[in-house]
Amino acid sequence: MLDAGDNTKKMTIIVTKGTLDWAYPPFILGTTAAAMDVEVTMFFTFYGLGLLKKDLDLKVTTLGNPAMEMPMGGMHMSMPNIVSMVPGVDRMATTMMKNLIKKKGVASIEDLREAAVDMEVKMIACQMTLDLFELDKKDMIEGIEIGGAATWMEEATKSDINLYI
Amino acid sequence: MADQTLDAKGLNCPLPILKTKKMLKGMTAGQTLEVMATDPGSIADMTAFCNQTGNELMSQSNEGDVYTFEIKVA
Repeated sequence: MLDAGDNTKKMTIIVTKGTLDWAYPPFILGTTAAAMDVEVTMFFTFYGLGLLKKDLDLKVTTLGNPAMEMPMGGMHMSMPNIVSMVPGVDRMATTMMKNLIKKKGVASIEDLREAAVDMEVKMIACQMTLDLFELDKKDMIEGIEIGGAATWMEEATKSDINLYI
Repeated sequence: MADQTLDAKGLNCPLPILKTKKMLKGMTAGQTLEVMATDPGSIADMTAFCNQTGNELMSQSNEGDVYTFEIKVA
């Protein structure tokens, strides 16, 4: 990573969601920005904090997502909210999505996270969320920092791009 | 003939860019890298990547579904 000279662009991303689908935007943008010599800080809070756990078991849900359509045999199968009530549907949707991810050459979240660590993306775990959900830093991947709103704010005021996902 | 070649065929966004960056990191100024990709988004992305990082996109071409980029390290 370049030193933060005058010309170095900076970006922060607040990561608030921890489902498989919502894990992609922050990690794709964070790693791509780092590859483009942008200095990146990712702040993981609330359900987003789970994305820093050593062992990831990410899921998708059809609930509250009427836009969700899965390609199937040349058609698209919509996922009405009501079907998420059926036991096993979210598990099925998660399996379908993971199969599609593999088939289409899309990186896994684990791979993107590893790339983020390699490219020295600064990843901050929210202290308050650790306390709130009784999580331990020991369960999180190596190389992360602990901080709070002020830690993010300090970075944000110096950044060119600040995203909330 | 490029100094190094990267086969990013079959990989989807943002992997071709991430792998390109990784390769470029190990190369020296003036060397060239040839990247092959099948992601149609890589046409726009490789241009944007080079514009932002200062590496020179010397050429791009495609044959069938394969896009080939030649990048000169800044």
